[in-house]
Amino acid sequence: MPIDKQARIKEEADRLSARFVQAGGVSVEVASLQPAHMLLDLYGEDIRARAYVTHDDARGEQMLRPDFTMPVVQMHMTHGAEPARYTYNGPIWRKPQPGSDRASEYLQVGYEVFDRADPAAADAEVFGLFADVLAPLNLRAATGDMGILRAAVLGLTTIERRKTALLRHLWRPQRFKQLLDRFGGVLDVPKERRKLLAAAKQTDAGDLGKKAGVHIGLRSMDDVAARVHALQEDAVAPDISSEELAVLFEISNLSGKSDTAAARLKDLANTLPAIASAVSRMERRLAALDAKGIDVSALDFEASYGRTTLEYYDGFVFGFYADGRRDLPVIASGGRYDALTKVLGQGRSIPAVGGVIRPEFSLAVREAAQ
Amino acid sequence: MTIKLGVPSKGRLQEQTFAWFKERGVHLQLSGSAREYAGAVEGISGVELVLLSAGEIPRELAAGRIDFGVTGKDLICEKLPLWDSVVKEVQTMGFGHADLCLAVPKCWIDVDTLDDLDAVAAQFRRSHGFRLRIATKYHVVTREFLRTNGVADYQLVDSQGATEGTVKNLTAEAIADITSTGSTLKANHLKLLSDGLILASQATLYKSRSAGGNLTELAEFLGVVGKP
Repeated sequence: MPIDKQARIKEEADRLSARFVQAGGVSVEVASLQPAHMLLDLYGEDIRARAYVTHDDARGEQMLRPDFTMPVVQMHMTHGAEPARYTYNGPIWRKPQPGSDRASEYLQVGYEVFDRADPAAADAEVFGLFADVLAPLNLRAATGDMGILRAAVLGLTTIERRKTALLRHLWRPQRFKQLLDRFGGVLDVPKERRKLLAAAKQTDAGDLGKKAGVHIGLRSMDDVAARVHALQEDAVAPDISSEELAVLFEISNLSGKSDTAAARLKDLANTLPAIASAVSRMERRLAALDAKGIDVSALDFEASYGRTTLEYYDGFVFGFYADGRRDLPVIASGGRYDALTKVLGQGRSIPAVGGVIRPEFSLAVREAAQ
Repeated sequence: MTIKLGVPSKGRLQEQTFAWFKERGVHLQLSGSAREYAGAVEGISGVELVLLSAGEIPRELAAGRIDFGVTGKDLICEKLPLWDSVVKEVQTMGFGHADLCLAVPKCWIDVDTLDDLDAVAAQFRRSHGFRLRIATKYHVVTREFLRTNGVADYQLVDSQGATEGTVKNLTAEAIADITSTGSTLKANHLKLLSDGLILASQATLYKSRSAGGNLTELAEFLGVVGKP
C-alpha cells in the first residue's frame, strides 16, 4: 500500500463531507463504542458475526460502531429538532468475511434527512445529492422500493398471522419463499404438526403439554397453548390464491427502468389494490427526481433490490456501483428507514432517509479515471 | 526435522487415540508418570508426541506448531474460521462421536422443526420483550446454522458447562449442545428438534496445511495412519 493512501482516502472523505455540509447537513460526531444490547436488539445475533464486541466489567458488552445510522437516529430522537439534516464522516468497524483481505476499519461519509413534510421529495433530495456528488465517477445507480413488496404482502387475502410471518422474513428471501409455498398450499403440512393438530382436536393443548413433559423454562404453557391455537387457525385458513401468488411473484421479480416499472405496478394495482398507495408514492418520487433533472426513463429499478443486505430499510433504497470494477463492492448506498425511528424513538417516529459513501472506493474509481 | 503429532493430554479421548494408533503399528506412550505431559513414539521414526488440551489442538494446527493433531470436528469448525483452508482432514477415527444439536423443552408440543423454533422466537420476543435465548458454547457454528436456516429473533448466551440445566434455571429457553447419548437431555426434560442437527462430529486426525517435516517421514506417517 502506498504510504500516503490513507491520507488520500481521508482527503476524499473530507471532500465528500464538505459537499454534504454545503447541501445543508449539520456535522455530527458519535461515540465509537456503542452499547451492544441496543445493536443486538435491533439487528439480531447476526451482528455479532459482523461487528467487534468488547467487554466492560461495569457497563457490559460494548460494540465498535458497525454503522452511524443507529447512533445518529438515537441522537436525533433524543435531542433533535425537526426537520433536520445531518452529515458525518468517520471510521466504522466490521469483521471482514473470513479469508477476505478487506479492511476491518474504514471511513463512511453519510447524509441523513429527518423531515415529515414530503417524504417523496426527501427521497429525491438524498438520491439527487448522491447522484450529483458521484457524477464525475460515472457510476451505475440501482434503485428499489421495499414499500411495494410490504404493501403487496399486507394486501394478500389471508389471515393476519400469515402476513406478519411473511413481513418478518422479507429480508430472508429463502425463508419468505418457503412460508409462501406453505401458505399457498404448495408445501405439505409437516408430519409432526399434523399429529399435533389431530391430538389437539381431542385434548386441550395445556393438557397435551403436561403429558409431554414437566413444564420448565420461561415460556409458559399459555404461550404453548396460544401457538397451538394459532396453528389450528392456520390449518383451516384457505390457501393464498394462485392469482395473488402470481402477482406477488411478478412484483418480487420486477426489474426494468423506473418509469416502465411504475406503469407495470400501476397495472398490477388493479389486481392487488393494496399496493396502490405505495405505487403512487413511487410515482411522486419519480416526479420529484424528474424535477431534479434525473432521467427516470434511464434509472434502473428492481422491486427486490435491497432484500438481502439492507436490513432496516423499509421504503426507497438505492446503491451506486462501478461496473467493470468487480473488485469494488457497492460504493454508496442508502434508503428510507421510517420504522427504525419508531423502534428507537420510544413511541415517537419520523420519516427518515439517508445514505453513505465509502471514500476508499470512490477514490479508487476517481484515481483510475485520471 | 521430526513430525509433531498433537494428541489430547488426558481422558478417554487420549486412551482411544492411543488404541487407534496402536492398531496401525504406532505405539504412543506417556513417558514417566501419567501426570507428566510428555510422551514417546515407537514403531515409526521421526514422529514426536505433543500432549495438548483437545480444545487447543485446532489453534496449534492452524499456527503450524504441530503438523498433525487429533481432535473433534466440532472444535475445528468452532475455533477455525475457514478451517478447510488451514487444516486437512486425514482420517475420521470412529470414536468420540458427538452430535451438536438444538434442543427445546419437551413440554413445547408445538415445536418440532426449525420453522417452529423461528415462529416461537417471534412469539417469545413479542410476549417477553427480549429475544429467545439459546445457551451454547458453540457460538460460531450455531449462529451460522441458524442464519442459513432463516431463524431470527434469537440470541446466543454463553454456557461453558451444564448447558442442559440452563432452561430449568431460567437462563435460556433452548440449547445447542453436544448430545452423545440423549439421556442427559431426557433427564433435563428436553427434546431434540427433528431438523436441528448442527454438526455430526467425531475424533478426527487433521494435518496442518502449513505442516513442516521431512517429506519421506511425512509419507511414511501418512502411509501408516491413512489406513481406514
